[in-house]
Amino acid sequence: MPAAILLIAFTHYPTVATVIDSLFSKATAIRPSRFVGVLNYQRMLDDPIFWKVLANNAWFALGTIPTSIALAILMALFVNRSIPGRSLVRMAYFTPTVLPMIAVANIWLFFYTPDIGLIDQIASWFGFSGHNWLGDPTTVLPAIMVMTVWKEAGFFMIFYLAAMQNIPPELEEASQLEGATRWYYFRRVMFPLLMPTTLFVLVNAVLNSFKLVDHLFVLTKGGPDNASNLLLYYIFETAFSYFETHFAAALTVVLLILLSVMALLQFFLLDKRVHYR
Amino acid sequence: MKRSRSISDVFQSSLETGAAWLLAVLWISPLVYAFWAAFHPGEYAVNFNLLAPLTLDNFREALSQAPFPRYALNTFILVSTILVAQLVLCTLAAYAFARYQFRGHKIAFALVLVQLMITPEILIVENYSTLARFSLVDTILGIGLPYMASAFGIFLLRQAFKSTPKELEEAARLEGCGTMGVLWRVYVPLARPTYLAYALVSISHHWNNFLWPLIVTNSVETRPLTVGLGIFGAPESGVNWSVISAATLLSVAPLLVAFLLFQRQFVQSFMYAGIK
Repeated sequence: MPAAILLIAFTHYPTVATVIDSLFSKATAIRPSRFVGVLNYQRMLDDPIFWKVLANNAWFALGTIPTSIALAILMALFVNRSIPGRSLVRMAYFTPTVLPMIAVANIWLFFYTPDIGLIDQIASWFGFSGHNWLGDPTTVLPAIMVMTVWKEAGFFMIFYLAAMQNIPPELEEASQLEGATRWYYFRRVMFPLLMPTTLFVLVNAVLNSFKLVDHLFVLTKGGPDNASNLLLYYIFETAFSYFETHFAAALTVVLLILLSVMALLQFFLLDKRVHYR
Repeated sequence: MKRSRSISDVFQSSLETGAAWLLAVLWISPLVYAFWAAFHPGEYAVNFNLLAPLTLDNFREALSQAPFPRYALNTFILVSTILVAQLVLCTLAAYAFARYQFRGHKIAFALVLVQLMITPEILIVENYSTLARFSLVDTILGIGLPYMASAFGIFLLRQAFKSTPKELEEAARLEGCGTMGVLWRVYVPLARPTYLAYALVSISHHWNNFLWPLIVTNSVETRPLTVGLGIFGAPESGVNWSVISAATLLSVAPLLVAFLLFQRQFVQSFMYAGIK
């Protein structure tokens, strides 16, 4: 099976090799690589940047996921009923999803540019002065979050739309006959029925928040002062800018552990999802 | 009573339509803006004057500063190589998982699914040294290789193959088809919607992929569009705004056009692939 060979070569072998590598020291011209045990991990725990990127990742996930899910549900609700120009509206919501992150970042970079950027221009009409959105450690992460929400909400909408189309219309008719308000119907009937979708989207969103770092290359390069650095980007920097492959391996192990936890979580949650039906 | 209710209903539904449209306009505006900037001279980048002169200079400028046609060709080769390899490999693997009860097939399948979580991007460090060992760094094959055995594809196709009635296979065997014949004449045609869905998802994913190609490539001959654009748009390169917008549009154009033409299939494929 050629598929098996490739899978082993690019998924299983590197996973194991990463763990092993993370236990060795950096090879230098004078000293070859040698076994150092948990030294790389020790160094990682003492590394303020590591904690910084981990916290950033958590904030990034917290900031983007609930917002994109809420927006995705709203969008799906909008497009699920017959409104004029429905397919155009749906297309507008979905388009950011098909664009490459790097292109999206290029467009948004201009919005955030201080003074001449679009946001500052519009703000200046209302008398606000320019702000360096991506240069200020307090606004850089929120700025990136806004863009990510914009990019992802339409993608998640698709899943909700699919789920909503599977809800029998009799349920809504019945609740209307009972005199329930639409908000009540949504809260007590629709939202619980969408739960499996929400779990699925949630897991995917968390995975994405760890995997997606393309925009950092264009927008901030993790700066200023690591204020927008995320774990995978830090791994990239460590390995390919500072050539500290063994330290990068230790960081990768952390990422792998986080993802495995997610995998287990999904496994158990999806089990529940089967019981739902 | 009834009348007043219907009036408020109408009011509410038009309010909702308005909100839906407002959100849609908001969502599409960054892209519309990119078009605006790309087709107008630089001084109109933030000056929205409907009478602003249209121009193609930005595109000319972008093309003269970076070899976008070459990048596009690389992306095209990359995406199609990956897709062809994925289709062949995943078909074979999925067939094995769907129809053969070999020893340890459950463990083997679980090991395949590991890749759903641990995608090749995450193991950049180790995968890079593997490529270096086979001296495949800076080749298009090198970018594609880690993705060719796709767990997602194996998973989707296995589901499709499993739902194919066994009787059809038996009938085909009676007619004298070998294993390959059965696969090619019975399973593959019946799984066509799955193939379409998977192909669209795969194409748009690899067209847009950035991190791994960035690491592997370092020459014009191999760089795909996303990496080319990333280098081109880097702030320190000091290119002006309208030109960057033009370059951005150039690199997303093929995918965007395909999306607009096959919008329905795209949306359905993503839905289909997502529900599993």
